[in-house]
Amino acid sequence: MSARACVVCLCVALVALIFVPVFAPGVAPVSAQGFAGLGTSAEGFALPTPGKRFSFPADHGAHNDFRIEWWYVTANLQAADGTRYGVQWTLFRSALATGDADGWANPQVWMGHAAITTPDRHHVAERFARGGIGQAGVTAQPFDAWIDAWRMTSRAAATADALSSLDLKAAGADFAFELKLDADRPLVAHGDGGYSVKSDQGQASYYYSQPFYRVAGELTLPGGAVAVTGQAWLDREWSSQPLSANQVGWDWFSLHFDGGEKLMGFRLRDGAAGFTSGTWISADGAAEPLAKGSITVTPLSTAVVAKRSLPVRWRIEVPSKSVDITTQVLNENAWMATAFPYWEGPISFVGTKPGRGYLEMTGYMPIADR
Amino acid sequence: MKTTLAALLSHWRRHPVQLATLLFGLSLATALWSAVQAINDEARASYARAAQTLGQDRLATLVRKDGSRIDQAVYVALRRAGWLVSPVLEGDKRFGEHRLRIFGIDPLTAPPQAQAVDVAETGALLNFVAPPGIFYAAGEAKTKLTGQTSTPVRVIETIPPGVIITDIGQAQMLLDARLQVSRLLLWPEQSPHRTPLSEIAPDLIERAPDEAGDLARLTDSFHLNLTAFGFLAFAVGLFIVHSAVGLAFEQRRPMFRTLRALGVSARSLMAVIVVELLSFAIVAGLVGVALGYALAALLLPDVAATLRGLYGASVPGAIIIRPQTWALGMAIAVVGTLISAAQGLLGVWRLPLLASAQPRAWAQASRQTIAWQLIAAAALFVAALLIARFGSGLTAGFVLLASLLLGAALALPAILMAGLSVGGALSKSAMSQWFWADARQQLPGLSLALTAMLLALAANIGVGTMVSSFRATFVGWIDQRLASELYVGTRDDAEAAAVRAWLVSRSDAVLPIWNVDGEVAGQRAAIFGIADHATYRDNWPMLQAAPDVWAKVARGDGALINEQLSRRKALNLGDAIALPGGYLTRIVGVYSDYGNPNAQVIIGVNTLTQLFPAVSRLRYAIRVAPEKVQRLADDLRTTFGIPEQNIIDQTAAKNLSLQTFERTFKVTGALNVLTLGVAALAMFASLLTLAGMRLPQMAPVWAMGITRRRLAAMELARSLVLAVLTAIAALPLGLGLAWILLAIVNVEAFGWRLPIHYFPGEWLRLALLSVAATALAAALPAWRLSRLAPSELLKVFANER
Repeated sequence: MSARACVVCLCVALVALIFVPVFAPGVAPVSAQGFAGLGTSAEGFALPTPGKRFSFPADHGAHNDFRIEWWYVTANLQAADGTRYGVQWTLFRSALATGDADGWANPQVWMGHAAITTPDRHHVAERFARGGIGQAGVTAQPFDAWIDAWRMTSRAAATADALSSLDLKAAGADFAFELKLDADRPLVAHGDGGYSVKSDQGQASYYYSQPFYRVAGELTLPGGAVAVTGQAWLDREWSSQPLSANQVGWDWFSLHFDGGEKLMGFRLRDGAAGFTSGTWISADGAAEPLAKGSITVTPLSTAVVAKRSLPVRWRIEVPSKSVDITTQVLNENAWMATAFPYWEGPISFVGTKPGRGYLEMTGYMPIADR
Repeated sequence: MKTTLAALLSHWRRHPVQLATLLFGLSLATALWSAVQAINDEARASYARAAQTLGQDRLATLVRKDGSRIDQAVYVALRRAGWLVSPVLEGDKRFGEHRLRIFGIDPLTAPPQAQAVDVAETGALLNFVAPPGIFYAAGEAKTKLTGQTSTPVRVIETIPPGVIITDIGQAQMLLDARLQVSRLLLWPEQSPHRTPLSEIAPDLIERAPDEAGDLARLTDSFHLNLTAFGFLAFAVGLFIVHSAVGLAFEQRRPMFRTLRALGVSARSLMAVIVVELLSFAIVAGLVGVALGYALAALLLPDVAATLRGLYGASVPGAIIIRPQTWALGMAIAVVGTLISAAQGLLGVWRLPLLASAQPRAWAQASRQTIAWQLIAAAALFVAALLIARFGSGLTAGFVLLASLLLGAALALPAILMAGLSVGGALSKSAMSQWFWADARQQLPGLSLALTAMLLALAANIGVGTMVSSFRATFVGWIDQRLASELYVGTRDDAEAAAVRAWLVSRSDAVLPIWNVDGEVAGQRAAIFGIADHATYRDNWPMLQAAPDVWAKVARGDGALINEQLSRRKALNLGDAIALPGGYLTRIVGVYSDYGNPNAQVIIGVNTLTQLFPAVSRLRYAIRVAPEKVQRLADDLRTTFGIPEQNIIDQTAAKNLSLQTFERTFKVTGALNVLTLGVAALAMFASLLTLAGMRLPQMAPVWAMGITRRRLAAMELARSLVLAVLTAIAALPLGLGLAWILLAIVNVEAFGWRLPIHYFPGEWLRLALLSVAATALAAALPAWRLSRLAPSELLKVFANER
């Protein structure tokens, strides 16, 4: 979720909430200029610095001195009949200003995205809430993250990490899910001990993940309830620095290899070579930042989704880890038609190391606008 | 065809006054009608906008069963249970002299239907939500806010006048309603997975979208009133047209006959006449609608003041030109012309081709017609009586009005005929008998104009009596209601405490004027707390009261309600009533509360502060010896720096109220005068018509030696006699009208019933005015008669068969 979180967070939180019609969280087309306009200022907010030591459980909670932050879960699930599903649960925090205040004057704005992707449908819902009145928020201890009726709650033992066992639920007009997430391996810090660089200009975020969840639960779909199992990945990221001025969007992958290893990789597009980065996570949870240039992502074919031409097949190469795979989306139409629209959905892949994962693509312009 | 038209039109060239009368009458009638329509359209458009504010016309809402505000925690609980709801806080706030309605919203959760403003281009969310926030309002409200707030005001003209839209956080501070919301807007699509309402918030109920809006309903009667007035004016205007057209037909009878004899078919003659009339209708209609807009623009500010005063409805002071008003105005001008000319056209159609020219009185009405009219009138009066006895509601009131007016109009010729017969029977000399007989002869030709006069006069007497009764009651009431010598509004609690302490030794009493807003019996209501003090015991204008009423209120044993609430909800002494928050009490008194659109409840001040600890405690009434008032007010200003407009003495308050009152009824006055003017014109047109036709009646009398001057004087006297008789007939009709307005229409429209007061001086003035108008209208024909060349009179005999 690193880069993508970053992007999503930036785009969604800032673009959607600040520059979009406030009275109607409607559809707001985002332009490259829109991103560029956000690329600079972080005035008054704290900035990520190298050498950070995470402190838990405090760091599971909100960091209001940073402008943007999210709690981001994606899950690759499967029903008893073999049908595959994808689930997304995301809570974004965006500070309109520094400082804290009680009640409605609180400058924090919260946004939730939830989705279920099936092979032929994609159900989406979003929620907005003001901070300061209890409608949305995150408490570190006991860990509880919520917006409206959507909730991510810890049921971890006192001695374990709070995020190691979670209850996750959300519901939209035509779907709902309730999942239990359990991880038996440690949290993974990305980049330099959690300091994750996003551009050559030095934009960065704090970024850690829990990629090792086993999942069991139930999806409620128009056709009825479906019991599912599978695996999930949680990203935690916060920052104040949006993208660099020339970055227009990104492609982000979280991969579960059948052998138990995990890979987080992203490419930030800037009209030139782009900025790629990633983390290799071994099956025991040891994380290894991928050096610049050691991961290559290449679009193979596109499909027209929401009037945009989106890459739906990718080749991903990490030669140092003998990874050379081709990914395939479960459902091309995993379009998040939210205030800030983007593509997010489950994928599977074949090649040297097969498995499943999640793909997020943002910043692709509608064809007519190009 | 062209020649025929030229021949017909030549008539108007020779009779420009007649043409002017026709066009003027038609324009005026159309103008009054269009003005009323334009005003109504403007007001309705503004109610529709108000109803659309925040999607109230399309979105269902959750409200508390008892009508009070909802705890913000309930909102959060509902959201967290899966309900897609968005909070709205609504309330009035005074900015300087103006009271504005504040809508506090949460832009992040508001459904798309509730989009009131779009801040995408005008600014960031942060500016909207962070103090001092932003006010969105129409230009008119922005002007009112000038210098009254430090919050930036952005103009969006689609926001209803008098409304401010701002963030709910700002609204909670402005309205002193921390952690409270008025209602919750329901998104149309709700998640099926949400917890039932009864488990989360059993106090709330769902209310369906309000498509019409309260204002439209509340003001319906007012607009019906205006429309009735417009219609009356139009009908009276048509009398003028009827007279002018009738005269033209009569005078052109020989020309029609000649044209027919020359070979013009009846069909094509009709066609040409219709073309001629339609051209007049279109010209006059255009002028009329344009005049109507001018009139509407002139009257609208006062109408707006009326609507604000009576209903709390905000209507902008500017008229927008609407195509449908034009279309309707033109249509009614054309239809009106054709109706007025129908009688004449029928005559042309039936014109015997070769019959010799024969002078005949225009529209000779037989005794039989009058008898039939009398029977119809009697039937209408009976119907009116039945409606008055058994009917209810506003519609019944207006049907009653219509029956009464129509019945009176139909009965008038019979009444006048009877009056004239009595005159004839009482007279001895041949000359005076001829005078009365000739008046009866003239009656059918004048009866329409006299009917117009009757209706205008009755409307004047009726509405005048209503307004004057209202004023008399209002003045007395305001003396009771504004019993305290000085009223002061402090700016915060600390200042309030300081002022109270300071006043202890300097005044006879300091009485709190504290209130909260809420819903009582489904009505928006203000709940006041009142101190136990002689000021109220001695002065308060009670309509009904239980024994020991003030002691009961002071003990918290009951509540007083205003007449509006009592009538609207049929609440009376001893009935139970639930206040916001669910507090149940009994009604121990009903008081009159004129000029207030809303329901009001009064309880003891201690009860108020117990029930609503957060009540704003800033306003006070001060009792002090009258001679010390000025001094005390000055001291208050200098000691505490309280702004000028926050301290108001009794005299100023009364003047302000009376000004508002006068303004409210200015429109009524203007319409009254216009209607009477139109009626006088109708009279003039009719007399002008008759003058030409009555030569055959005059000539023999002249031939017998009566001078033209004497004949003219008798003509004038005849008209005056008829006017006086009409005025006498108008008096009972006007009083009946006043009774209906006061006892039925007002009660329905405003929620209060006023005692009727009689003003004979006013009636005399009106009667004299109408007689004078008649004299004026009759002067020109009479003057012409006195100057008529004897040869014209001789011609009558020359043309005799």
